[in-house]
Amino acid sequence: MVLDALSRLGRVGIDALASLGRAHLLVARMVAGSSEVVRRPGLLVAQVYNVGVLSVLIVVVSGLFVGMVLGLQGYYVLSQFGAEESLGVMVAASLVRELGPVVTALLVAGRAGSALTAEIGLMKATEQLSGLEMMAVDPVRRILTPRLWGGVIAMPLLAAMFSAVGVVGGYFVGVGLLGVDDGAFWSQMQSKLDFDEDLVNGVIKSLVFGVVVIWIALFQGHDATPTSEGVSRATTRAVVHSALAVLGLDFVLTALMFGD
Amino acid sequence: MANWGHGMNKQRSIEIVVGAFMAAGLVALFFLAMRVSNLSAAGDGSGYALTARFANVGSLKARAPVTMAGVRVGRVEDVRFDKATYEAVVTMRIDPAVDSIPDDTFANIFTAGLLGEQYVGLEAGGSEEYLKEGDEIQHTQSALVLEQMIGQFLFSKAEEGGK
Repeated sequence: MVLDALSRLGRVGIDALASLGRAHLLVARMVAGSSEVVRRPGLLVAQVYNVGVLSVLIVVVSGLFVGMVLGLQGYYVLSQFGAEESLGVMVAASLVRELGPVVTALLVAGRAGSALTAEIGLMKATEQLSGLEMMAVDPVRRILTPRLWGGVIAMPLLAAMFSAVGVVGGYFVGVGLLGVDDGAFWSQMQSKLDFDEDLVNGVIKSLVFGVVVIWIALFQGHDATPTSEGVSRATTRAVVHSALAVLGLDFVLTALMFGD
Repeated sequence: MANWGHGMNKQRSIEIVVGAFMAAGLVALFFLAMRVSNLSAAGDGSGYALTARFANVGSLKARAPVTMAGVRVGRVEDVRFDKATYEAVVTMRIDPAVDSIPDDTFANIFTAGLLGEQYVGLEAGGSEEYLKEGDEIQHTQSALVLEQMIGQFLFSKAEEGGK
């Protein structure tokens, strides 16, 4: 009995480590095959379209509402201290530092990551990946690498759109509806937010999230059990794992970037 | 996916949309850089450096503004502790356009509002000699620390009461 439980625990541990190892081997092969992206830029463009363009609508609409909610909530808190003018700082700092990169990554994981997992998983289940291999085409280079790079390019751009639209949403609520001073909103924002400290760090965050979200999605698809049930489980796992990875990494990155 | 027609036409449409997407993303980044962050006002490390020694800088930090007559003319670059004199050494970078700061200028540390951030205020003196790169401002006044002020106030009140 005890030995059975122990062996089950051991198997779980070995499986987890093995899949971690396969994930790293896969990402190494994807990065090693990056020359394919230069040789066939059309593949990359198509993936920027898939991950980026198709996510624009949800990202922009979410950004607008998140910014507007920040404007409302921030106003109610700040007006208690008579510091309504700092609303711009609060909205912009929360968006650029945290919400822009993180929420965009979560949205992309749900919108594009799950689609990538299902796509790769079905390619595997219908033996298209093996078919490519039969034709001496490396499916990792041809199929996975452009998707990874497409995601890495698209993510920071999407996050920037999210933050920019969010600031405009916060401006709309704060200045337009609640009567915060127009000039103070922007000038305090500009004097308190630093280009290197805030904006560049936000972009770095979203680059990291782009790699992680797309990597997890591709790995789960590539590693899926080639059945309809396997693909559906892999899709769920991709979204759950990416969300956890994004939130966990966000803590680590924030501690490193803004720790001192 | 939307119906994009066929062949080259489809590839071209996708390229156009992706181009528009990337342009929109870059515009958003540009908006954040210029409108939201301080890039437009940051200065690019140009200008000349001045130092000043203070007995106490309060909570003055790097990147705090340096103003003359209320107008920002530079930024604090560095705040260090001099272990030989037990003073704080503040390095400021002044805009190159403001090249006529007299060498008997007075440097104060002020607080913006009651709870605001601290900044360096320069009050021009009457000298004909101007400060250059690397010069030190001789006349300084430390930051007002609220606890010290309250302490002094209470102390003087107590003295009055004792008489």
